Amino acid sequence: MAKNAHNKDLQVAHPETSHAHGEHHPELGFWRKYVFSTDHKIIGLQYGFTALFFLLFGFTLVMIMRWQLAYPGEAIPLIGWLFSEESMPGGVMLPEFYNQLGAMHGTIMVFLGVVPLAVGAFGNYVVPLQIGAPDMAFPKLNMASYWAYFLGGVVMLSSFFVPAGAAKAGWTSYPPLANIETMGQTMWLLGMVFLITSSLLGAINFLTTIIQLRAEGLTFMRFPFFVWAQLITSFLLLLAFPPLEAAAILQLMDRLAGTSFFMPGGLVVSGQVMDISGGGSPLLWQHLFWFLAHPEVYVLILPAMGIVAEIIANNTRKPLWGYKAMVYSVIFLGFMSFIVWAHHMFITGMGTAISAFFQITTMIISIPSVIILSALFLSLWGGSIRFTTPMLFALGFLPMFGIGGLTGLPLGLAPTDIHLHDTYYVIGHFHYVVAPGTILALFAGIYYWYPKITGRSMNDLLGKIHFWGTIICMNFIFMPMFIQGLAGVSRRLYDGGQLYQFAQPVLKWNEVMSIAAWIMGLVQIVFIVNLFMSIRKGKKVSDNPWEATTLEWSATSSPPLAHGNFETMPQVYRGPYEYSVPGNSRDFAPQNEPEEKVSAA
Amino acid sequence: MFSGSSTFVSEVDQAFLFILIISVIFFVGIVFAMIYFVVRYHHKKNQTVSQSSGNLTLELLWTVIPTILVLAMFYYGFIGYRNMKTIPPDALEIQALGRMWSWLYTYENGYQTDTLTVPVGKPVKIRVESADVLHSFYIPAFRIKQDAVPGMKNYVWFEATETGTFDIFCAEYCGDRHSYMLSLVKVVPQEEYASWYDGTAQFASAASGGAAGGGAERKPGSRGPMLVKIKGCVACHSIDGSPLVGPTFKGVFGHQVAVITDGKEREILADEEYLRRSILEPQTDRVKGFENIPMPPQNLTEEELAEIIAYIKELQ
Ligand code: HEC
Ligand code: HEM
Ligand SMILES: [Cu+2]
Ligand SMILES: [Cu+2]
Repeated sequence: MAKNAHNKDLQVAHPETSHAHGEHHPELGFWRKYVFSTDHKIIGLQYGFTALFFLLFGFTLVMIMRWQLAYPGEAIPLIGWLFSEESMPGGVMLPEFYNQLGAMHGTIMVFLGVVPLAVGAFGNYVVPLQIGAPDMAFPKLNMASYWAYFLGGVVMLSSFFVPAGAAKAGWTSYPPLANIETMGQTMWLLGMVFLITSSLLGAINFLTTIIQLRAEGLTFMRFPFFVWAQLITSFLLLLAFPPLEAAAILQLMDRLAGTSFFMPGGLVVSGQVMDISGGGSPLLWQHLFWFLAHPEVYVLILPAMGIVAEIIANNTRKPLWGYKAMVYSVIFLGFMSFIVWAHHMFITGMGTAISAFFQITTMIISIPSVIILSALFLSLWGGSIRFTTPMLFALGFLPMFGIGGLTGLPLGLAPTDIHLHDTYYVIGHFHYVVAPGTILALFAGIYYWYPKITGRSMNDLLGKIHFWGTIICMNFIFMPMFIQGLAGVSRRLYDGGQLYQFAQPVLKWNEVMSIAAWIMGLVQIVFIVNLFMSIRKGKKVSDNPWEATTLEWSATSSPPLAHGNFETMPQVYRGPYEYSVPGNSRDFAPQNEPEEKVSAA
Repeated sequence: MFSGSSTFVSEVDQAFLFILIISVIFFVGIVFAMIYFVVRYHHKKNQTVSQSSGNLTLELLWTVIPTILVLAMFYYGFIGYRNMKTIPPDALEIQALGRMWSWLYTYENGYQTDTLTVPVGKPVKIRVESADVLHSFYIPAFRIKQDAVPGMKNYVWFEATETGTFDIFCAEYCGDRHSYMLSLVKVVPQEEYASWYDGTAQFASAASGGAAGGGAERKPGSRGPMLVKIKGCVACHSIDGSPLVGPTFKGVFGHQVAVITDGKEREILADEEYLRRSILEPQTDRVKGFENIPMPPQNLTEEELAEIIAYIKELQ
């Protein structure tokens, strides 16, 4: 059926077909079908909704923090009563609580929001479809991965309710502070163990699926770029997470079993000598942490680049420019990302030679990103560009990610990094990468694949309001951070730098940033309404509404829930982006359409 | 970057500017190209789609040029970095000890203080150490920063180019009151520094805990303000009436305090005896409202204890 679909009128929806297909399989009960499902599409959706919830939650935490930064020491209006006396007496935020919010914002955004959405949701839903596979290679492992993630999330959330609240040693959890922190830190470590386990299970599954289950004829160089991005991402997760899992367990033992892996002897905490055996190293944790956390940055960004590549090819109606260079770049980038981690540690007392090494690798790793980004820019050249909502978000991603990348250069060079390290400049830099960068791309992906999931498209006007509102606010939130950081304002400051004589001239930006963040919160309501309303009210569309070439569009929309996405296993005949090939009757040639058909039709 | 007052400033700022200018040129170029493309190749204007999917020369150029640029940045930056790492042999050495949540500076003669005083135009090297968790010694005006890692001795050096007073921050998050871990560096002319330094000798051994005071008769309590800073009391106790982690010192003496002793609440007059006990055995009487926060027992000499108590008595 998949192949024939293209000969019919493309604008006709096929809701009946998908129903008919579902009945070939034995019906599963509600629980097996929607909750403890082993189907990659349901798991993808579970990941998606959970991750969107956490993104919203993590963003809410930051909106509360931004009140304290803009109006330090003033009682928070309207919602003050929601919080306990220990965190906000009289509605005024205490430093203890600010620090919990900060640490949990970082943790939640990275480990419970963006990665699960980019890899868990998009990877699960789209990758098997794009490679023409009936499901993931290990469906039960896939389910286990989701539920490990879910448990990790529950542990993290419940840590807000243990005595003295959630973890507050930052998302980096540097010892010795993290070792002597309150019980929330133990919960954080437990939560991380679940989350890491979840990612490892997922990574093995993706690797096996992509390599083993791709359709006949789908050679590596015919992979859509999104599949490449997910493949490399899985390698990064698989190789980088185990050291952090080990480190988390070691820190847990330091806290619970009295070991001293990260604790040197003779610490005097508040006037008292600590009763520990000592001999450990606080820097060891930093190495293990950043050995994960730098590749993690690429885990946050590669799937986003993959999404943007798909959307740009589709909406320019032309092949991606420099596809091969992009593929080699992403492989090289994955490799290099393992040997740059210590650029986060230039000022810990590192020797000149070793820091020269890490400065060079850091400079070099910027090259593949430059190549990928410029290939995407050049792909616009000579196209026939359609301004759909996903395309707007994808176009927005390009310059925003550009700012994120370029502002990283001074951080990779020790002399400038010495001044900028741990200031708001760093916060601005990585937020440009992950918020106006990755988050915009993830929104683009939601608008783009929504019709595949629901058979309906999201509202275009609301989408455009969402885009402009979000991108404008984001720049007002994050651009002033560079200015503050250059003036020396540190991150993780409870009062936004009030006491800094040096920083007085740049403090006025705090209010601007906060107001922009709250407006951006309002703008997201438009998205949430659009997301849910369109499930029922959205315009019905065909299986391939964007007239795209990759395999997922040849499956019925809202593919049948039982295993096996395609009626017959697709056979691949061509590269991923054969758009506007001269001599063809249509301006796109799906990967699974044989040569005769393309020219004959 | 904003004003600056050390010999590193021009180097660091120039390296930053160099990168910034290249980045801005790149960025503006790319954004203009993008705007041009999306306008020029709007689907209403362009139906004839180019099939160009790459161009080896262009791709190579696009790889080689940025590589050269970033390596140039590295080279430029590295020269500056080497200077920052090469400590002049004649540099004056001062220890900066970070602890929750204050800095303590110890001079070569043993004198301790919470404000750093240095001479202008002379290299100064700071030995940055930590007593408890990570901290980071940061003087934005000098463009220097160095982590204080417990168990390690890290060095950072600078040479101030103007006299004046500049902020010192702790740049590495170190717990609840990290935002208040502030201190100052006073840059003074060299002669003034020399005479100031000579004057510190008599306080030096007393402040570092030795019994041999300089011999000069001093009013009891006059060293109190310094001691509560050096010993880190002010991290938890304010002297202006505001409650921090612990109750304020202001106005305790001579008033009734509600305390919890062995789980029972009682009122007690804060006399000398009480202050003494509160400092030496804090667990005996826990001040109500703060009973869940442990005040660590303090290692003070008799003399220091007397000074601090005399000082607290004055704070009415
Ligand atoms: C880690 C924080 C901390 C540090 C450092 C600290 N204290 Fe305290 N202090 C407390 C807390 C909390 C209380 C109240 C609970 C109690 O009585 O044990 C307290 C109580 C006191 C009291 C009784 C005050 C009253 O209102 O009745 C005195 C006096 C005192 N501290 C003196 C000192 C001195 C002197 C130092 C420095 C040598 C010091 N403290 C360092 C936390 C601290
Ligand atoms: C768009 C909405 C967002 C806003 C307004 C925002 C704002 C902030 C602010 C103000 C801080 C600094 C807090 C401080 O230093 O005291 C911060 C820290 C952080 N943010 Fe965000 N952020 C947003 C989205 C994200 C996203 C999408 C991610 C990750 C993918 C993220 C990851 C982090 C991390 C890791 C930290 C550091 C936390 C720490 O210091 O331990 N943020 N954010
Ligand atoms: Cu990194
Ligand atoms: Cu600090």
